[in-house]
Amino acid sequence: MERRLVVRAVAGVALLAVPLVLPQFYLLLSVEILIMGLFAIGFNVLMGYAGMVSFGHAAFFGVGAYTCGLLLKKTEAPFVVAFLAAPVVAVVVAAVIGYFCVRLTRIYFSMLTLAFSQIVWATAHKWYSLTGGDNGLVGVPIPAWLIGPRAFYGFVAGVSLIVVAVLWRIMEAPFGRTLLAIRENAERAEFVGINVKRTQLTAFALSGAVSGLAGGMFALFTRGAFPEYAFWTKSAEVLIMTLLGGPHVFLGPALGAGILIVLNSVVTSYTEYWPIVLGIILLALIYVFPGGMTRMFLGWRGAGRPAGATRA
Amino acid sequence: MLEISGVAKAFGGFQALIGVSLRVEPGEIAAIIGPNGAGKSTLFNVITGHLVPDAGRINLKGRDITGLPPHAICRLGLARSFQRTNIFPRLSVFDNVQVAILSHEGRAQEMWSRARDLGRERTMAILEDVGLAGRAAEASGSLSYGDQKQLELGIALALEPEMLLLDEPTAGMSPQETRSSMALVARIARDRRLTLLFTEHDMGVVFSVAQRIRVLHQGRIIAEGAPDEVRRNDEVKRVYLGKH
Repeated sequence: MERRLVVRAVAGVALLAVPLVLPQFYLLLSVEILIMGLFAIGFNVLMGYAGMVSFGHAAFFGVGAYTCGLLLKKTEAPFVVAFLAAPVVAVVVAAVIGYFCVRLTRIYFSMLTLAFSQIVWATAHKWYSLTGGDNGLVGVPIPAWLIGPRAFYGFVAGVSLIVVAVLWRIMEAPFGRTLLAIRENAERAEFVGINVKRTQLTAFALSGAVSGLAGGMFALFTRGAFPEYAFWTKSAEVLIMTLLGGPHVFLGPALGAGILIVLNSVVTSYTEYWPIVLGIILLALIYVFPGGMTRMFLGWRGAGRPAGATRA
Repeated sequence: MLEISGVAKAFGGFQALIGVSLRVEPGEIAAIIGPNGAGKSTLFNVITGHLVPDAGRINLKGRDITGLPPHAICRLGLARSFQRTNIFPRLSVFDNVQVAILSHEGRAQEMWSRARDLGRERTMAILEDVGLAGRAAEASGSLSYGDQKQLELGIALALEPEMLLLDEPTAGMSPQETRSSMALVARIARDRRLTLLFTEHDMGVVFSVAQRIRVLHQGRIIAEGAPDEVRRNDEVKRVYLGKH
């Protein structure tokens, strides 16, 4: 048990270190993959574990990005405070939005998350004096030790590793099992004494916090925050990544993020018709690889085992 | 243990329950019988908090539980099973019972302990009790119908209830499954000193197990008493037994 853990940790760190020897272009691509991968894993706490499909997760990503960006640009807040404020503010916003959303189920839940996220987007888009409106918030200063692709990659890799480890631990704890039970049968869960709405709200806030943290890192990465970060297409992107990688495997969504971002980068260097390729990917996903890439790699038996989402 | 007074519930214009009152003593094995549509499931849903009654009071252990949400009522020691099987289909048999135990122990929200081995012994003991210990690792959704019903019973027992409500526990079972299943339920109820309230429309099952029987017909209780009294009751014969 302990040895397996060590082997896993070493493998994880080694995998994360690989991009450091790559040319700058690929190193920056890796940064984007890590951040979006973290966003997708956070999103999947709701989708894969709790069975709640949010159409508005970009809201928390955007809130995190603007929080971190605004504090660094417009206040004297130290870097650590500004960075940690991203998940903190995101968790508050997620708790408020989640309070209303968990009262609904299925498509109605999804549509309400979409509605709230569009409010967040519209706020960022129109509030010129604070957010810079559709010009975005540009020129966010970052500390000297973060400048340079290798340093930045190291920072993102370190943060992602810690957050993913903590999230894995939570998902393997009773809380994670409770979420699975709710996903499987919310009515029965209620009748074994589980406060379903409260548990769903906790998961919603947790998921929002991770999304906000990812958004904060993305703002540091692009040295700015833009309304698109909170736009519904961003929510769709993270949903597609999760489906592509496989919502029933813990790290699946990160794999999906990697595949989608690499494909996008390759395809757009040849053609401007990326949306067509994306459409074909989605068709293939639905008809050929339901369950995502991880299910294909792990085989039907492995990934489809009863406690579906409890695989690393 | 359980006292219901004047409970009424209507769906649209249909009166499913009309002023139902009943009292179940601690340790009693009580049954509610009645033809399909008599209001048995509605009554259960009202007792367990799934539906809020239009009128009337429900007391559990002297405490008013009318209108409380299901999870709160469950925590007061009332567990139930459902007429159609109601399990966590893609979780393993083990996980189905374990999640109920974690919830019962108030650990469902814990974020930092490792769930894998928590409550393993108690989970296995319950699976042993309901005859599913050998199938702990299987996906619960792939069990036979009868085994899923046993698993439901296991989930309910994991909550260490003082009172257990079983909604048609043998619905859809073969006669042989019915006999062994009811024998098991009766044995567990005795061993654990459970108060048991169940609904049935299979008369044989009811008369062999229940100590007291209520007959529900068109939303009203029309007879109450020991099995023999109920069997002899003329109105019961007319509305119910006469059909057989």
